Order: sequence, then C-alpha cells, then structure tokens
Amino acid sequence: MGRLKLFVPLIALLILLPLFYVGLSLDPNSMPSALVGNPVPEFELPMLEDDTKIIRSDDLKGEVALLNIWATWCFACKAEHPYLVRLAKQEGVKIIGINYRDERAPAQKWLKELHNPYQYSLFDKEGRLGLDLGVTGAPETYVIDRQGIVRYRHIGVVDERVWQETLKPLYQSLSAN
Amino acid sequence: MVPELGHLVLILALLVSAALFVLPLLGAQLRSLPLMLSARSLASGQFVLIAVAFGCLSWAFIHDDFSVAYVANHSNSLMPVYYKVSAVWGGHEGSLLLWILMLSGWTFAITLFSKALPIDLQSRVLAVMGFIATGFLMFILFTSNPFDRILPLAALEGSDLNPLLQDPGLIFHPPLLYMGYVGFSVVFAFAIAALLTGKLDSAWARWSRPWATTAWAFLTIGLALGSWWAYYELGWGGWWFWDPVENAAFMPWLVGTALIHSLAVTEKRGLFKSWTILLAIFTFSLSLLGTFLVRSGVLTSVHAFANDPERGLFILVFLAVVVGGSLLLFAVRAPVVKSAPGFTLLSRETLLLANNALLVVSMLTVLFGTLFPLVADALKLGKYSVGAPYFNLTFLPFMVLICLLMGIAPSSRWKRTEVGPVRRTVMAPLTLSLVLALVVPWLLGDLTLGMALATFLGSWVTLTTLKDLWLKSANKNGRAKGLKQLSLSYYGMVIAHLGIALAVFGVCFTSHYSDEQKLRMDVGKPVEVAGYQFTLERLDEIRGPNYLADQATVTMKKEDRVLRVLQPQKRRYLAGGQIMTEVAIDPGFTRDVYIAMGDKIDADSWAMRVHYKAFVRWIWLAALMMAAGGFLAIIDKRYRKRAAAPQVGVSSMTQKGAV
Repeated sequence: MGRLKLFVPLIALLILLPLFYVGLSLDPNSMPSALVGNPVPEFELPMLEDDTKIIRSDDLKGEVALLNIWATWCFACKAEHPYLVRLAKQEGVKIIGINYRDERAPAQKWLKELHNPYQYSLFDKEGRLGLDLGVTGAPETYVIDRQGIVRYRHIGVVDERVWQETLKPLYQSLSAN
Repeated sequence: MVPELGHLVLILALLVSAALFVLPLLGAQLRSLPLMLSARSLASGQFVLIAVAFGCLSWAFIHDDFSVAYVANHSNSLMPVYYKVSAVWGGHEGSLLLWILMLSGWTFAITLFSKALPIDLQSRVLAVMGFIATGFLMFILFTSNPFDRILPLAALEGSDLNPLLQDPGLIFHPPLLYMGYVGFSVVFAFAIAALLTGKLDSAWARWSRPWATTAWAFLTIGLALGSWWAYYELGWGGWWFWDPVENAAFMPWLVGTALIHSLAVTEKRGLFKSWTILLAIFTFSLSLLGTFLVRSGVLTSVHAFANDPERGLFILVFLAVVVGGSLLLFAVRAPVVKSAPGFTLLSRETLLLANNALLVVSMLTVLFGTLFPLVADALKLGKYSVGAPYFNLTFLPFMVLICLLMGIAPSSRWKRTEVGPVRRTVMAPLTLSLVLALVVPWLLGDLTLGMALATFLGSWVTLTTLKDLWLKSANKNGRAKGLKQLSLSYYGMVIAHLGIALAVFGVCFTSHYSDEQKLRMDVGKPVEVAGYQFTLERLDEIRGPNYLADQATVTMKKEDRVLRVLQPQKRRYLAGGQIMTEVAIDPGFTRDVYIAMGDKIDADSWAMRVHYKAFVRWIWLAALMMAAGGFLAIIDKRYRKRAAAPQVGVSSMTQKGAV
C-alpha cells in the first residue's frame, strides 16, 4: 500500500497530459468573436486607391470575400502579402483590404511595389472600422458571406496551412450556396 | 556571418549537452572515473558555447542586422541601445535562449560549488542538467531558431520591440525570473540523482538547500519586478492580475516555499524525505508547465505570444518525458516510511508539515483556476475564463492559516513542544495584535472586518517573530552577545517572515484604502482627489527617440504647497503605431499618487485617471525582504563546511532556531 501511494502524482500527470494535448489544437483566441454571425458593422470609408470613392457596408454584399486587415507598419503583413497575391491571382479569391491606421502614400506605394491582391482597400486611417470589428492586431482576416455577414475571424498571418485547413473549406462552401 | 556563427555554436552546444547527459551517467554506472570526470569539463564547455551564441544574438541586435528575422521582428534602428540589448529576450526565441543560458550557467555553477560532493553523485546531477539542456536546445534549434535569416528579402527596418517591453523593468524582469525558474532545475537534478543513487540522507538535503533557497530568492525578486512593471507600465494601477502567465511563475514560488521549509526538516531531522523529493520534482515541473503554458499559447493572457501548436507539442512531449519519467522514478525508488514518525502532534515537524500542506493546496487551487479554461475547453464543456474573484476567494483563506502558523512555528521545538511555553510566548503578541487590529484600521479611517483581520495577521507575524528573536538572543553576557550568536540563516528567516507580514499589510491596505478617479482636466483648472489638488498646467507635444508623445504637466499640491510636478504621457510609437500610456507617479512610503492620461477631449483638456494607492510599495519592499532573507540564509557558514560533516544527527537543541 505504501508504495502504491507514491504513484498518485504520476497518475495525476497521466490524466492531465491528454487534456493538454487536446488543448494544443484548440485556439484560445478563437473566442467566437461577438461579430461572427452578425453583419459587418456599418461604415463609410474612402477607398485607399482613390479618395473620392466612398465605400459603404452595403457594398460588401453580393459576394463571398475575405476582409484582410493590413498596414505598412505591420511586419507580419509583409510576410503574409505574397500568399495573398497568390490566392488572388491563382485561385481567384476575392479579397478586400482594410488599410488600418496607416498613411495613404506609403500604403499606395506598398501596393504598387508588392502587387495588389485586393479588389480594393478601405482606407481606415483612424481605425474606426477596425475598432468596431474588434481588431486586436494586424494582420487579421474575416470571412464574410454574400449577405455581408461575418462567418469567421482569423487572427494572424494567413498561410498555406491556414488557407487549406480552415479558410478554404469555409470559403468554398459559402461560395457554393 | 555572426548570426551563422551563433547558429553553429548553438548546434555544438547541443552536441556537448547530449554528451553531458550520456557520458557521466554511463560513467557512474560503469564506475569509470574518466567518464564521470568528463561532466565537469562538458558543463563548462556547454556554458561557454551558449554564452557565445547569446553574445552573437546580442551583436545582431546592437548592429541592427534586420536580415535576421528575430531581430527584424523585435528591434528597430531608432531604439536606444539598452533596449536593443533587452530586446534580445523580448520575444519567444530570444527568451528561450536566455532560459538556456541561465540553465547552462546554473550547471556551470554546480561544477564550481559542488567540488566536495561524491563524484558519482556530482556526475549524475550534471547529467540530469545535461538532459534538460539537450531538450531545450533541440527545442530552440528545431522550432524556434533565433538566427533564422530572411534572405534574400531582408527587411530594411525592424518592426520595433513591443512598446510595452521598452522599459527598464523589462530589462531585469525576465533574467531574474528565469534565474529563479531555472534555478529549481538544480534542486530537481539533485533529487533525481539522489533517487538514482538511492542515497537520500541529510547530506543530500544540506547540499540541496542553498540551491533551492537561491533559486527561490531570485524568483521572488523576479515576481516582484514583474508586478512592479505591470503596475506602472500597463497603466491601470493594478499590481497583480492572476493572469495565467503570472500564475505560471507564482506556482513554482508557492511550492518552492514549501520546498525550502521541507528541506529544513529533511536536513535537521532526516524526515519527510519522499515528500521533499516530490516537492523538488513538483517545483521544477511547474516551471516547465509554466514554460509550456506561456510558450504554446494554449491560454490567453496579457502576455500575448504567438500561438504555435508545433512548439507547444514539442514542450508537451518534453514535459511528459521529464515529469513523467521523474515521477515514475519517484514512485519506484522513493523510500516508503514504515517506522513511527518520532515526533508528536505539537512539534516543529508537524507545524512545518502543515505549512507544506497549506502551500501545496493553495498552489493546487491556483493550478486549478489556471487550467480550468483549458480543461473545460478540451472536454467540450464550453469556454470559460477564471478571474480574480475565484483566486482571491480560494487563495486568501490558506494565507490566513499560514500566517497563523508562522507565529508559532519558529518558537516551537523539534520532536515535542509543550503547550504551556508556547502559550506563554504568544500571549503578549496575541493580545497586542488584537488591539492593533482594532486601532490601526480605525486610524486609517475605515474599520472593517477584513481590515481588522489583515492588521491582526500582519501584527501577529511581526510581533511573534520579534518576540522569538528577543527570547533567542537572551544571553547572560548581554543582549549584543546573544544577537551575535544567532546564525545568519536564523536572521534570514526573521527578515523573510517580517517580509510576509509587510506583504499582508501592503496587499490588504492597498486593496481597501486606495482611491481612483476618472476625471476631466482643463488647463489651469484645479481638481481634487484624495485630499490633493491637481492642476493641469500645460500640454505639449514632444518627440522621443522612437515615438511622439502628448505630455501633460500637472502640479500636485496639498494645502497650497507644491509637492511634485507630474508629467504623464500618451505615446505613439513610430514603427508600429501603437499607443502607449506612460503614467507619472509620485512615490511614497505610505502611498503612491499615480496619473495616467486617458483620451483627448479638446485642445485644452484631457480625460485623466488619478489613482491614490495606499501602501502599495510595501508589497514590493516585502518581496525584497523575503529575497534578502533567502540570500542571508545561504551565506550562513554551515553550508561551507559541508565536506566536514557527512551526516548530521539530531542536533536541534544546540543550533538555536536554525531552520
């Protein structure tokens, strides 16, 4: 009996380990954002490429799209950028940019030099739309459906794995409907 | 070239630590002296290699080598050079390298300070350290290489260190915290080596004690610095948030506290051996668990790190091997006590055992609260977050009991304590504490049950500790002689326990007597908070090395006397565009006044937050006292005579109060 007691800590650990393992594949940040299932917040913002054009929230309706938060000050956005270009050029994914808390000139220059994967970018200089969306940092990507309703939110860089495993299945099933 | 050199040296270090793991262990098994002796040189070599790698990474930071991805992500050419250096540990890869540097430093320290140890034990201890280093070097090389280049498209400018981390507190906080965290690996290695050799005697406990105490003292300072940093840098005036990352560092501290007390019993009385071993394993396992929780991103925290399942998996496997392996070894090899305990219900042994039980149970409540969101999520019970109310409710009752015990234990005797003398000793402190419990809160202006209890506990610990000092320093040749005769480790205990009392006062008074006001300040119009008048004198825009800031100049007056001019700032960092609140603090022994800028209302007015924080500084002062007590205990000369006395008998009566 005495010896058996000494196994208690080991058994406790053996119970905890599988839970940790499961925990690894869960994302604590995927706290289903309050917005998921709700329409994109109302906004009225100028287009980055042409400040005379105003885009409203209703303009997002009609097609399934990715809303991608980016900025020239964001290093990870630079890392993400080539993949977005590939998605837009090769797979024809519709991506709308939200240029977040940025300056117009360098942002335009960025798109000219690094290719523009976006249908257009909204110029959210003050970060108002970002605030309404609950953006925690750039880059962030939202999947919206034809009715302009947010279906998913991804925090961080979109890469091959994220696209193939998470975003693509959702994007395709939404497009198919 | 330098980053490649760093990478190469790190790979060499992996080979050396693998050898450090294998060769000495083999030597101890085969009784081969040369193999066992190799441990010392391998440990030194490992330390040098890792130090060089660390130097290479620092070089890349100082020289703005933005072709290194880690540097580009965590530095910026505009940053002052001291922040460039501290940015080395500002992210995952670098802080891991710092972790490994500390580990190899502790390993090297063992070779320096444990020359008197039997060679087979020495080589086993070093081999365990080598095993841990091997695991972490593999982790850094395979999943988190800080020397990775981003070629051919190198960044022209770095994306800056998170502004939260651009702060003097953050220069020292991680290194000290890691010193403590990693230091417990030494005690762990001693425990494993003792299990392997089967020699679990008082000598083993005496060797382990100074290491445990040192690690504990560093961890104490590290925690205090972290708390202090959160207080003034996060800008909302709290000093502890029960955040998962804080808990991850606090849990090893709690068990480490239990460990240093339990080691005392094992050294002095040869008891609780299995328990002490288990605590040594727990303490380091919790350090590893903390690393897992923080580095894998399985929990959300204010310390938001990248969520990378690959890294998480690696640490999880390593955790399973180290903790599972050592617990298995413990279950198979730890001695089973069969004989009668040899101490009565009221004795120092019982009191220390109660202290241990309380500390471990309080750690378990923290562990439960920290892991619950994760476990609930894994079992599909839903998403939960466990906050401060849970922790305060479950944690504080244990602290009350621990404080009560702390008043009696130091004056108790080993084996058997009579009720009569204890009652006589504590009567005066008890009476006085009860009086103070009513008077002090009344003087502070608000007498509540909670404050009375807190004052009672703080006074109780202080007065009983001082009374014990008074009684033990009694000497027929005069008080001075008596004070001189007491050991340094006894003084260490006195100071650390007084530190606990100070912490009780600080924590409770801060939570109760503080005041916070959100208000509008207009230039030239005075406002009043907590008896002070504040006038916004002017607003400026200033430029720092890598930020622009709005700065408010506020004079603080009491009865028309200017006490201080405070200049809080709202900074906008150029590289990332992040907005940071720099608070301005008028520090004081009994209170801090703390101003943070909120939002701009118009050209001449801002929304501001003014905090009056009563006794907040006592908390950090308390931590410094505890750490000082720890350091005092380890310079006690009896640890330097360890070669002379291989086995200590029961000599409790002669060594007055030396626990």
